[in-house]
Amino acid sequence: MNSLPLLDRKRAPGETFAWRPEGPATVGDFLAAAHWLAGRLPAGDWLLNLCEDRYRFAVGFAAGLIAGKTSLQPSSLSPETLHQLAADYPGLAALCDGETETGNLPRIPFPALPALAPCADVPEIDAEREVAILFTSGSTGLPQPQRKTWGRLVCNARAGASVLGLDACPHNIVGTVPIQHSYGFESTFLLALHGGCPIWSGKPFFPQDIAAALAAVPQPRLLVTTPFHLSALLAADIPLPPVERVLSATAPLTAELAARAEQRCNTCVEEIYGTTESGQLASRRTVDGPAWKCLPEIILTQKAGQTVASGGHVEGEVLLGDVIERLPDNKFLLLGRHADLINIAGKRTSLAYLNHQINAIPGVVDAAFHLPDGDESETPRLTAFVVAPALERQQLLAALRQRIDPIFLPRPLILLDTLPRNSTGKLPREALQALCAKRRQHD
Amino acid sequence: MPAAPTPETVDALMPEVAALIIEALNLEIAATEIEADAPLYGEGLGLDSIDVLEIALVVSKRYGFQLRSDNTDNVRIFASLRALSTHIASQRTL
Repeated sequence: MNSLPLLDRKRAPGETFAWRPEGPATVGDFLAAAHWLAGRLPAGDWLLNLCEDRYRFAVGFAAGLIAGKTSLQPSSLSPETLHQLAADYPGLAALCDGETETGNLPRIPFPALPALAPCADVPEIDAEREVAILFTSGSTGLPQPQRKTWGRLVCNARAGASVLGLDACPHNIVGTVPIQHSYGFESTFLLALHGGCPIWSGKPFFPQDIAAALAAVPQPRLLVTTPFHLSALLAADIPLPPVERVLSATAPLTAELAARAEQRCNTCVEEIYGTTESGQLASRRTVDGPAWKCLPEIILTQKAGQTVASGGHVEGEVLLGDVIERLPDNKFLLLGRHADLINIAGKRTSLAYLNHQINAIPGVVDAAFHLPDGDESETPRLTAFVVAPALERQQLLAALRQRIDPIFLPRPLILLDTLPRNSTGKLPREALQALCAKRRQHD
Repeated sequence: MPAAPTPETVDALMPEVAALIIEALNLEIAATEIEADAPLYGEGLGLDSIDVLEIALVVSKRYGFQLRSDNTDNVRIFASLRALSTHIASQRTL
């Protein structure tokens, strides 16, 4: 059996694994807690680890690994998603450290950890074992499971640490992104296990929270964030402790925002490009120009206008949703998303999925989502056009909220008598854009 | 800890905060349509985390303090217009 350790064997038991408000947890504390919790998880093959605290998530994930479970990591927690998970994964239970709604799924409250003697026993995990399933919304409308083996995850973590130089110089990581989603999972959790980087346990949200979290960990510091959080942090204009590195992903940073962040924080801003299907694929320092450099061993190939990633930690061949222009030297330019795909504040979905969901609401006769042109802000918003004579706006929104992530809720939702479909029944983008423009004139 | 604001102070502040929210988020409603005790998240006004950060920014500029979620409960502050206004009244420096 080809196996890989739970965490980098070079880490000494006394080194800090996570910084917490109540004090650091060492590698030895982490291993002891993981073994302790592994013996207390209920039977079952699956674990929905909803812990918001990064240390508790890490202990829960490691305990699941030891206990032979697979971690399920959905992209949203809408009632529909929870219902589907309960149906597809019998015996699934949710490990929670907060108030998160779990629908009908049994909850396992994260237990208070007793005082445990530090442990030096680093478990070996079968590299071929499927240890996590990350979900994407998928353009067909149904969540698509992306299965990750332990071997691929470790390989992904090592490649990420190496390309950022963190293996040679570990940084203390403060992350503003959820640890369960692809980016936060790779760039906080996996870097803690196999990149030598201690993590801050919290998930700071407001700018002042981020400043306080940074101040709570020693230098050198790495802030793992998104264009949306970074832009809010700079706009707040508050004093920040030194931040040596900033990592951004989920949507491309503008050169302007990256340059402002570098100047304001005297830092180096780098970006990671990746997808939930493939994991991280490339990186760039934004101020050096628009080109991305593939991670070592990652190969992009193109067929009929589509780009496929393979090699390294990528499982098989992964079709990318972005329009890409390849450059020499394993570099490339991102030219935009294929028209159907939507990315708002790092959450991805497709118009096809959203249209499927809104048209499935009883009382909706016809409906279409639209991403208006000309929205240059960091967080564009969707418009929905709906024909539903028997429904009120509030009823429609309440029904949609059951089905889709709140970030994709239409703002505005426009009620119409009919949609401007052409003779073939298609809804030209231009027609929807014209409706938006007409509406703006009325404002 | 600053003294708890009186109900009258909070009542007087609410229309101003409602107007601020509507302006910050480009909502298509009148200030009076935001009910004092209806939830701002989810079922009520339907705000999400993007909106909350935008509101936090305008609140910090207008009232001179930074919102925190570590020491005060973020969900509680944004529970309703009244809760947010109460928090602002107790923390404001401007």
